[in-house]
Amino acid sequence: MRTRLIVVPTGTANTASVNAAFRRLGVEPKFAADPDEIRDADFVVLPGVGAFGAAIDRIDEHGFREMLVDRFEEGRPTLAICLGMQLLGEKSEESPTATGLGVIPERVDRLPQDLTVPQLGWNRVVPDPRSRFLEPGWAYFANSYKLAPIPEGWIGATTDYGGNFVSSIERGDVLACQFHPELSGPWGADLLGRWLNGAGGRS
Amino acid sequence: MAAPRLIPCLDVKDGRVVKGIRFQNLRDAGDPVTQASMYQDQGADEIVILDVSATPEGRGHAVETTSSVRQVLSIPLTVGGGVRKVEDALALLEAGADKVAVNTAAVERPELIGRLAERFGSQCTVLAVDAARRGDDGWEVVVEGGRTRTGQDVVQWIRSAAARGAGEILLTSWDRDGTRTGYDLELLEAVTTAVGIPVIASGGADTADHLQGALESGATAALIASILHDGVTTVDSLKRELLSNGIEVRP
Repeated sequence: MRTRLIVVPTGTANTASVNAAFRRLGVEPKFAADPDEIRDADFVVLPGVGAFGAAIDRIDEHGFREMLVDRFEEGRPTLAICLGMQLLGEKSEESPTATGLGVIPERVDRLPQDLTVPQLGWNRVVPDPRSRFLEPGWAYFANSYKLAPIPEGWIGATTDYGGNFVSSIERGDVLACQFHPELSGPWGADLLGRWLNGAGGRS
Repeated sequence: MAAPRLIPCLDVKDGRVVKGIRFQNLRDAGDPVTQASMYQDQGADEIVILDVSATPEGRGHAVETTSSVRQVLSIPLTVGGGVRKVEDALALLEAGADKVAVNTAAVERPELIGRLAERFGSQCTVLAVDAARRGDDGWEVVVEGGRTRTGQDVVQWIRSAAARGAGEILLTSWDRDGTRTGYDLELLEAVTTAVGIPVIASGGADTADHLQGALESGATAALIASILHDGVTTVDSLKRELLSNGIEVRP
């Protein structure tokens, strides 16, 4: 049976890179049209571009919140990218009135003011050796906000940008990355491949 | 910290890569997909495509080009040239651009920058600025491929654009573009001390020393075109040279 990989439409654009990356790995992504698709899919990708509040509004408008939280809580194969990872938190300095998915009990803060922000470029990812998916390497980041520290019960990777921030966390078959694996060259493609092959639930 | 980026730039006209000096005398330099893919394999950190088509029909190719390049590219892609309104940017982003650069239209209607940043986020919104020296009196913004001088001060323009939500500046020295005489380092210093967003140096690169100069002048990335298209050097050999000079680029 064909692998069902569902992309959650959180924003206006920029999923073309994610789709192209999965196509190169032989999987044809599809946008989620209703919450059941998120529940039933083998793999779900929560990409993220734009503002925290706007993305959460979009998730709630479509009624995706509950199904997404369930997947993350149950450790089912779900990949959150960039803003998608920040959405796992409870709140963000970017949109103070918005309520995140609350899968991790953390707040998302702005990168320090004395740095060049947004961080646009390649930076080193230093994973916990216990990580199932991550290997040390260079990843492409495009972020103005960050999560720190690694939440309890998760295995993570850190990256230094005026101090360490969380560049990735994983638990079960959930992988969340602050960087863009789809834009991180062969290193990123290998990571996506390991997540597709290593995560359970493939039919 | 994030590594400085080396960014090959493809000027594309009617779907073909072209090159020229000071935006003039364009000649054919190949197929954008082949070129983008080759530079990615050489270790490029990102690709910029600037559409320089003179006609609306020519510009129509930009979306197609973006889409075809995206299929082969697993590194970031910035597309600019001819972006007049939010819908133009949306079409490019949907086709596979990760960032969109605006230039002339933003000079005419600065509120476009805010609209793009609000809709797509600052990290998607690149302001391209072509800067021409004004004797000893700084630099002024030029538009329409250098044909029109606006009289507007470059540093002030970039400062106001950053306040409106631009997430990155692609700063081209019109005086140096295509000349291979090195980046305008004074221009870079003036701009990078004025704003806290990333600045890509463009115009004049010939050697790794030129790239190093730009990075030491505050640029977080360096755009390279002629020297790559002419086969003078490759991205990986530039990177090796920078690494041996102690500049930590992505290997």
